[in-house]
Amino acid sequence: MALPQTPAPFPHRHLLGIEGLSAGDITGLLDQADDAVVHSRQIDKKRNVLRGRTQINLFFEASTRTQASFEIAGKRLGADVMNMAVANSSVKKGETLVDTAVTLNAMRPDILIVRHHQSGAVDLLAQKVDCRVVNAGDGSHEHPTQALLDALTIRRRKGRIEGLTVAICGDVAHSRVARSNIILLNALGARVRVIAPSTLLPSGIEAMGVEVFRDMRKGLEGADIVMMLRLQLERMSGAFVPSLREYARFYGLDAEKLGFAKADALVMHPGPMNRGVEIDSAVADGPRSLISEQVEMGVAVRMAVLEALAGGLPNAA
Amino acid sequence: MQNQPLALINARLIDPAAGTETRGGVFIEDGVIRDAGARVTKAEVGSRTLVVDCGGDVVCPGLIDMRVFVGEPGAEHRETIATVSAAAAAGGVTTIVALPDTSPPVDDPAVVDFLLRRARDTARVRVLPSAAITKGLRGLEIAEIGLLREAGAIAFTDGFKSIRNAQVMRRALTYARDFDALIIHYAEDADLAGTGVMNAGELATRLGLGGIPAEAESIMLDRDLRLAGMTGARYHAALVSTRQGLAALAASKAAGLPVTCGVSINHLTLNENDIGDYRTFFKLAPPLRGEDERLALVEALASGLIDVIVSDHNPQDVDTKRLPFGEAEAGAIGLETMLAAGLRLVHAGHVPLPRLLAAMTTGPADILRLPQGRLAAGAPADIIRFDPDEPFLVDPAKLHSRSKNTPFDEARLQGRVKLTVVAGEVVWE
Repeated sequence: MALPQTPAPFPHRHLLGIEGLSAGDITGLLDQADDAVVHSRQIDKKRNVLRGRTQINLFFEASTRTQASFEIAGKRLGADVMNMAVANSSVKKGETLVDTAVTLNAMRPDILIVRHHQSGAVDLLAQKVDCRVVNAGDGSHEHPTQALLDALTIRRRKGRIEGLTVAICGDVAHSRVARSNIILLNALGARVRVIAPSTLLPSGIEAMGVEVFRDMRKGLEGADIVMMLRLQLERMSGAFVPSLREYARFYGLDAEKLGFAKADALVMHPGPMNRGVEIDSAVADGPRSLISEQVEMGVAVRMAVLEALAGGLPNAA
Repeated sequence: MQNQPLALINARLIDPAAGTETRGGVFIEDGVIRDAGARVTKAEVGSRTLVVDCGGDVVCPGLIDMRVFVGEPGAEHRETIATVSAAAAAGGVTTIVALPDTSPPVDDPAVVDFLLRRARDTARVRVLPSAAITKGLRGLEIAEIGLLREAGAIAFTDGFKSIRNAQVMRRALTYARDFDALIIHYAEDADLAGTGVMNAGELATRLGLGGIPAEAESIMLDRDLRLAGMTGARYHAALVSTRQGLAALAASKAAGLPVTCGVSINHLTLNENDIGDYRTFFKLAPPLRGEDERLALVEALASGLIDVIVSDHNPQDVDTKRLPFGEAEAGAIGLETMLAAGLRLVHAGHVPLPRLLAAMTTGPADILRLPQGRLAAGAPADIIRFDPDEPFLVDPAKLHSRSKNTPFDEARLQGRVKLTVVAGEVVWE
């Protein structure tokens, strides 16, 4: 059977979350991202899919790697990319969010990449602009391109996602990465577990289709993928867990705990890592770590997302 | 100068105080009800009287709303006494209790006096100021309850704030008891509510929003009710939203304590799912809860455990609502839609009409010790007329409030108020 030459057009105006995407939407993006990986490994990486298009990276929350990843992705596709770092101190809360959206909209960008510290803020902004919007992380809600790049990384290594057991470990309560991954992995048929102390588990998390573990060793048993979450250190000094060393002892991933997962289990982390806290350097830098690969796949997935959304732009080629 | 007497005849008279429903009329003269019942007909009232044939519409006492933010002083861009009372009149609300969370707050007799004068000069309905329990609404020192009461404060409340310190609350209740003053409290444990912005649970988790558990309400309410028992003061829980809270109140009432409670119309008719994709008009305090909690509240209304329904009218402008959900202010306007929204419960067969009306008339009148809220001869002539079946679409542009943050935006409701009479004068038709 011949594969279709052109993928089905992406049926969404924006990418605000994984919620609302079908399994077909997701695999379509991953297929496109596989192509982007090939392009990105060539000497001449430049394509002209987004030539003449303007992409604005609007980050209300500081970010180095995600912003760089979106910038490179846009540039590789030929877009004019502009970075707008809105210092938190100068942002007078959301009043400026809507005002900023309206102002930027008047400059007629084609794609806005937005990160904001409030859940739902990117949805709100998307209602006020005419261009395409990509959620680069909103509060504790979603971070769809992170989930897509994680899925791409897993699929390229394991050949599939369906049927794999994925253990997500750490601060699930405050993590948008966890939410997007739970939704995506469930949509593609993986078995999802979360491992965390109860103070870092949001209420009703079971209803999102996960198995909950408080004991890391038990949670890792039989896992194909161990996905560590980044800890925000200010939460770790008595507010949610008593101390860093106590957390590292029970929930830090080291070689010993990793031994409970499958022999060929792979380790992921969205970065930046707190070495020696949630992940041991020996594991992070070891042969089973996919962490650098995740970064590479991040650019590819973002290229795929930009290309998919650009396909729906007015006067698209 | 005396006004022309007024008779509303051929009406479905509902007197929630007596629990009666009769076909008849109401005869009004000099601002008071002279007679009500089947006797009041066109032939009986005399030719000098202005007669309104109600054609079988409901005629009942004007509604009393115990929880309204009036905007004055200090937030006139959100609401004024003139606009809030226009909204009240259009919604059939003839008496409103004003919250003290103004700027400056109502913690000084001069502010009570200001409000009464502004109401006299600009209001179409009765405006009764409540005053702060604690100075500056800070929850630390008791306000001048005696002087404020003399100035005309109808009750004492820290409005949107909860008093954190149990000793302060205990002293406030103890002191208030000497003046037989009513303490109204918004019960929410601020520490447990934390940074939460909606009901805790699966939906909050999916939306990535901080949750407020039911226990934030019930723990504070438990404390308050114990202190009410300890002091014997009159205590009214401003807004109950959970089964746990209802259970605590039921126990205290069964024990004979002088405690009562209110519920907002929003919590009776909406639930957390209405938030959908971060709709800030549904961000309320306390937060909208799950459907099971809503049904429990409806049941408690029907059984009489809930004494009062309030609109919890809280006007917010675009600047405070068009924000990410976590940063938006809580609150919704409600004066103009309270009755029609409540009628949803009647049409659904969950609450009989007289019971619904009692919670908006006699219930608050009894707690506040007001003479209105009944159709008896001699009572103030605060009367409304409405057709409970008349459908309409809520158009925010046509609402009288200065702010448009209604959760019933574009909703299809039934029961528009056709006539509102305050002290014998028609203020809305």
